[in-house]
Amino acid sequence: MKNSVLLVFLTIGIFNSSCAQDAENQVKDPKNTPFTQQLIIDEMQIPWGMAFLPDGSMLVTEKSGEIIHFKEGVKTKISNVPEVYTRGQGGLLDIEVHPDYENNGWIYISYASEEGEEKGGHTALMRAKLKDNSLTDNELLYKATPNTTKGQHFGSRIVFDNDGYLFLSIGERGARDENPQDITRDGGKIYRFHEDGKIPDDNPFVGQDGAKTAIYSYGHRNPQGLAKHPETGEIWDNEHGPRGGDEINVIKPGANYGWPVITYGINYSGTIITDETEKEGMEQPLHYWVPSIAPSGMAFISSDKYGDWQGSVLVGSLKFQYLERLELEGNKVVNREKLMADIGRVRDVKEGPDGLIYVAVEGKGIYKLVPKS
Amino acid sequence: MKFLLVLVFLATTTNSLYAQEADLEESMLRGKEIYMDFCVTCHMENGEGVPNTFPPLAQSDYLAKNREASIKGVKYGQQGEIVVNGVIYNNTMAPMGLEPEEIADVMNYIMNSWGNWSDKLVTTDEVDAITK
Repeated sequence: MKNSVLLVFLTIGIFNSSCAQDAENQVKDPKNTPFTQQLIIDEMQIPWGMAFLPDGSMLVTEKSGEIIHFKEGVKTKISNVPEVYTRGQGGLLDIEVHPDYENNGWIYISYASEEGEEKGGHTALMRAKLKDNSLTDNELLYKATPNTTKGQHFGSRIVFDNDGYLFLSIGERGARDENPQDITRDGGKIYRFHEDGKIPDDNPFVGQDGAKTAIYSYGHRNPQGLAKHPETGEIWDNEHGPRGGDEINVIKPGANYGWPVITYGINYSGTIITDETEKEGMEQPLHYWVPSIAPSGMAFISSDKYGDWQGSVLVGSLKFQYLERLELEGNKVVNREKLMADIGRVRDVKEGPDGLIYVAVEGKGIYKLVPKS
Repeated sequence: MKFLLVLVFLATTTNSLYAQEADLEESMLRGKEIYMDFCVTCHMENGEGVPNTFPPLAQSDYLAKNREASIKGVKYGQQGEIVVNGVIYNNTMAPMGLEPEEIADVMNYIMNSWGNWSDKLVTTDEVDAITK
């Protein structure tokens, strides 16, 4: 009796607190969507990143270590791809082309690499050019250290901003108490580079003793989405929280996003990491998800191809296997929608140069969202 | 004399049983660490999985009946339809890049936790013997 009364109260408590959460934590299931999905590249295992070339072709990474060049319906495997460390979440990860690719031909790739003395791996960034279905002029631009055999949290998204800086995310590699709050260590950070890998003189921690000066912001857990806001030019990320507490953040120089000191999530075991969700000197997320959707890949809809969806953010859900659309008013999420329900683990989403949305789904391939006319 | 023999026999069997149990316990401890790193995000803390998305490992009939295929799945990855406790799952599990010792440990942890029980220890040799 005593127990059941307690249970009732507990249930009411949980129910109440979930109701008290912002409406922004409820996702809607829309009946009509302004697109039909078309599978344009099939038979892929874990397509992790996508990039678009000026001739309308695409480059897609497979986590296992392959790059596929998809042109006019034909898949070609690219050779001379770097050796990758395929363990846990590590492998061949993101791919992006230089904003001025047409003139300089640079392609940027992030991957888990064993380079270095210690056993294990960590995230690396390289660039190369594409010639006769092979990478050439390969240059390693950055390699996080030290290696670890942990299988978690490589981060790895690449995006350029309007001033030509390259941003790269690196997750905390499963060392939450060592890496994210320490700017002398790699991991749990967003990095900023010049296009050739050099570290900009005005990066926020340049001149600080022992700091890894490529760091632009810290206190991140595992950012697997990075996108440029089409109007403000800001860099936004989405990152995996623990159980609950996935976040969208607007990236600011030198800012601390709080992991693991503040979080809206708890341990996978249900135990508490911290009961603090905010603290002075630490940034609040623009949005957080409870429960976690496991967000990977992020894109803004800048085109008008999908009607009034212009300005929305798209985020892939690995856990619930759909594409999420977040409608914004300024910097506030006012509506969330579930698209492509049950499609599979959505690993990446990007807007192509044609203004259309492309979605990478594990076990399936690349979908194009074709607007209904 | 006969009595003594029986005693010796008993002592040896209990000893080896005890030794096996100790092996299992140690392997499970190491396996739990691997589980918390590589498996927990999808299969969850208590092996309950995610409904209709990631199959449960706790009291999974698939796991109980498909020892070799389960080890193979961890070793080389798994893709496509499987039926677990009457529910169809169609998903992808990437190969995790674990060492054979680690696979044996994590399998021992999974196969002896959350109400699961296995009477035979998974060994590194068994993992080594499983090919694509």
